[in-house]
Amino acid sequence: MAAEEGKVDPMKQFTIEPLFGSNWQLADGLNIAFTNSALWMAVTAVLVTAFVAGGMQRQVVPGRWQMAVESMTGFIDDLLEANVGKAGRKYVPYIFTLFMFILFGNLLGLVPVGLIPGVHAFTFTSHFTVTGVLALMSFAIVLVVGFAKHGLHFFSLFVPKDTPLVMAIFIAPIEFVSFMVRPFSLALRLFVAMMAGHVLLKVLASFVIAGGGAGMGLGVAVGVPSFILMVAISALEILVAGIQAYVFALLTSLYINDAENLH
Amino acid sequence: MPQIVQIADTLSSQVFWLLVFFGLTFLVVGLGMVPKIMGTVELRDQQISGDLAAAQAARDAADSEEAAWRKRENENRAAAQAVVAEAKGAATKANEAKLAEAQTRLDARLAEAEAGIDAARSSALAEIEDVAADAARDIVARIAGADVEPAAAQAAVKEVMAHG
Repeated sequence: MAAEEGKVDPMKQFTIEPLFGSNWQLADGLNIAFTNSALWMAVTAVLVTAFVAGGMQRQVVPGRWQMAVESMTGFIDDLLEANVGKAGRKYVPYIFTLFMFILFGNLLGLVPVGLIPGVHAFTFTSHFTVTGVLALMSFAIVLVVGFAKHGLHFFSLFVPKDTPLVMAIFIAPIEFVSFMVRPFSLALRLFVAMMAGHVLLKVLASFVIAGGGAGMGLGVAVGVPSFILMVAISALEILVAGIQAYVFALLTSLYINDAENLH
Repeated sequence: MPQIVQIADTLSSQVFWLLVFFGLTFLVVGLGMVPKIMGTVELRDQQISGDLAAAQAARDAADSEEAAWRKRENENRAAAQAVVAEAKGAATKANEAKLAEAQTRLDARLAEAEAGIDAARSSALAEIEDVAADAARDIVARIAGADVEPAAAQAAVKEVMAHG
């Protein structure tokens, strides 16, 4: 489909391809082939580690790199302090890793490495299998912390404070549903935001190619505005990459707040 | 959508590698590096607040020192002014005494000199009478040829001068 008439398939960028053999069996039926998705996760892990390691000089007067890393940890620290309070500090390692992993994953998908022949960018955060696992981890932390700290009293989360009993009968099921929807909304928000942007960029790119192939008049009328729009949307996507990583970290910290400080 | 088409083939691989790489990042970066970086930040914050407190203490100490110095300075100045005023008063008094003494000495000398002048004048007057009596006797002797007694001549001169 991608080869026919030089058309661009906007969904092909999400295809997962095994890189070193397609059948690595961990156990019977559990295939853990190392794919392009896994490769970009590895690149993300290496870059996050390298970025943070560069800020480890531990100088009293920080250099630029150390300042950048410290502003990131300080950002997450402030986020947790504002949403959870003093008890939120122990979640900084998890939230920081989550934020940086998603941020770098989002941004790496926007790096135009496709200019190098044979290399294809891949955004693993545009797969709900990945965002789903991240969301389930956050949700699991909320459940574990909530039940470990408050026991069965944690179920009172579904009854807002000072609710009359008559109202509570109706509100509790609604609250329960909204609570159970959290991991899905968390996972789908990131997945959809990343996928939509990349599909849009590819669709516009196909306009540019088709417009250029259709001759001078259409090339100028369609191709040039599409290209300008692509540039603008690429800038928007960089913003979205940061915002979605922030939203994921923010919502996770808000959910942790429910577990940590039950009303 | 490859995400859905491929889910059966790739789910285990996606989950496994995500857990591996996210877990590695969490262990190395989250648990290994982040606490150290935040420790550095905290250390710096503590140092800064400590330095600020020390600076504040030093400033307070300097302020109180200055206040004490100012008080001492004012006292010293007041004492110095008292000393100056006292010295001035003493000097004025001494001057007055000296002036008064000089005045009395001058008055005495003046009176003495006046007395001298009076004496000189009266003796000069007496001499003039003698000279006038002698001259009168000479004149009488030359003109009348009469020899007048000095006492008589003197009495006559005296009478004339008294009538002046």
